Amino acid sequence: MIATGAEPHQAQPISVAPVIEAFGLRKVYGDRVAVEDLSLEVYEGEVFGFLGPNGAGKTTSVKMLVGLIQPTAGTARILGRPLGDLEARRQIGFLPELFRFHDWLRGQELLDLHGKLYGMSRQERRRRIPEVLALVGLAGVGHLRVRAYSKGMQQRIGIAQALLNNPRVVFLDEPTSALDPLGRRDVRELILRLKSEGVTVFLNSHLLSEVESVCDRVAIVNHGRVVATGPMSELLSRELTVEFRLGALPDGVVGGLATYVQVEAVTDGPRPVVVARASDEAAIARAVDYLVRSGAPVYGVVPERRTLEEVFVDIVSREGAEPR
Amino acid sequence: MKVLVIAQLTFREGLRKKLVWGVLLLSLLFVVLYVWGFHLFVQDWREMEARRAARGVPAGTYEIFASAMVLLGLWTVNFLSGVMTIFASVGTIASEIDAGTLQAIVPKPIRRWEIVLGKYLGFAGMLALYIAAMVASVILTARIVGDYTPPNVVEGTLLIVLVMLILLSLTVFGSTFLSTVTNGVVVFMLYGLAITGGLVEQIGTALDNDVLIRIGVISSIVVPSDSMWRLASYLFQPRLAVNFLGPNPFGTTTPPSAFAVQYAVAYALVLLLAAMLVFRKRDL
Ligand SMILES: Nc1ncnc2c1ncn2[C@@H]1O[C@H](COP(=O)(O)OP(=O)(O)OP(=O)(O)O)[C@@H](O)[C@H]1O
Ligand SMILES: [Mg+2]
Repeated sequence: MIATGAEPHQAQPISVAPVIEAFGLRKVYGDRVAVEDLSLEVYEGEVFGFLGPNGAGKTTSVKMLVGLIQPTAGTARILGRPLGDLEARRQIGFLPELFRFHDWLRGQELLDLHGKLYGMSRQERRRRIPEVLALVGLAGVGHLRVRAYSKGMQQRIGIAQALLNNPRVVFLDEPTSALDPLGRRDVRELILRLKSEGVTVFLNSHLLSEVESVCDRVAIVNHGRVVATGPMSELLSRELTVEFRLGALPDGVVGGLATYVQVEAVTDGPRPVVVARASDEAAIARAVDYLVRSGAPVYGVVPERRTLEEVFVDIVSREGAEPR
Repeated sequence: MKVLVIAQLTFREGLRKKLVWGVLLLSLLFVVLYVWGFHLFVQDWREMEARRAARGVPAGTYEIFASAMVLLGLWTVNFLSGVMTIFASVGTIASEIDAGTLQAIVPKPIRRWEIVLGKYLGFAGMLALYIAAMVASVILTARIVGDYTPPNVVEGTLLIVLVMLILLSLTVFGSTFLSTVTNGVVVFMLYGLAITGGLVEQIGTALDNDVLIRIGVISSIVVPSDSMWRLASYLFQPRLAVNFLGPNPFGTTTPPSAFAVQYAVAYALVLLLAAMLVFRKRDL
């Protein structure tokens, strides 16, 4: 696989139409609420990360979007068409979380079956099947029965199956759960390549580093509802940790600083350091301005970019991550 | 077109089942024994006729006994086809839901009812081939070994196919909402009920007992498979043989009406439609 060099975290143009729209999707099993109320929009060409702890409702949400389960309430549209529309489905690829296939078929036969289901002609299938096999690194084993594949190989053929029709939208439910580190990197590159081709990717995952490196926008779900959403860069800078390195600490400065940022730790001494949390970058600028006005020499302001993991843990643990 | 893709897959999948091969092997054994048995029967009959002629007794009616042999053979074919139908299709949807193999299929540009219909047609095609081959074995044996050809072969065979379709509809319907095991138990119980009900009705006819006859009729409303077999058996025999045998476990003297056939066809269709409807709403 070849990396295309496309950069993640690019801002998306605002004018593109949403490819996936959900309006108040809800799924209840008996008295268990699997998805409380899901509304979201995913735009063309975007790689959208759908994150959340175990049991948050990620798989249930995707299953509703691809038509495997019936929403209890709410609606959704994919490519502007209602759920279940065959024309939309022709342009959708889906890798289930529990990738299980008719494993008595050979790899090629399995892809041929799925190609037929997509309505691809014989020539198209003959051309495309070796292509996707190579894409997922199974070029040499298409003649083997899927039963003889390792778990990771089965997940790879699942990805191949999802890309067979050159889809405009791909739903991947934890596409790397069975893959080795190399496989994970391959999938990361594959997603970036899809993105460079303008394919919209809906990625379910709890591998945060993976999401962080490929996604443009993410939604974090917990207990069946979206608790945070936004462009990756915004989410990462939403709450910044910042270190102010000062030359002195005049009386009352720490107290005053607290009106701009949330002070977390102060180290006194000849070179005092104040560690604080800021809601955004503007708050840091105001804090620096205040420090200068109150006569504290500012030697350095070191913003610590938080990882997605920190943001995730923070948001999710705020309301309890335990499945309920 | 998508229906045919699923039908083809199902056909192949059916042929992969060990139980199906078990029944096929059993069937092969049956055919061999049947040819041999028919051969012995014809030999015996000739010897007997020779002895009778020597004693000056008038010849018996070969047709009646040859017909009974054919009836026995076709009854076995019908029974084996019923068992094979249930074995082959008992888990068709339930087990695929459990295994998760439908999760990559259903989101494809295919309607859910097409999946159900495709599966139905795949099994129906496989089983119809089986029935055709088995009926042909029996009829050819009778013809070549016994020099006897039963009447109404096409109509009778179509009725055996109808029996298979009834059981297939029932099994596929059950598998859209029951687990494989539960479905197997339920369908075999219903199949048994139909067979027992048919027997009870024959006993009722023999004894002229209305209650027993009514039980039989009710069972053939619940599952019309046995009554369709009895109509087939009636058609497969010359009247002479029907009257000679009287009410018996394998045939009948009072065949079901044309309305019963319409009912059975409607029964199979309605259950198939019901299977499509249930599967349409099923969470996978
Ligand atoms: N068929 C079902 N019957 C009852 N409850 C269900 C069913 N499927 C899912 N749930 C419940 O719905 C909730 C969400 O499940 P879901 O599989 O969507 O989680 P997830 O976010 O994909 O989790 P994971 O990260 O473990 O894959 C869970 O609490 C689960 O127990
Ligand atoms: Mg999941």
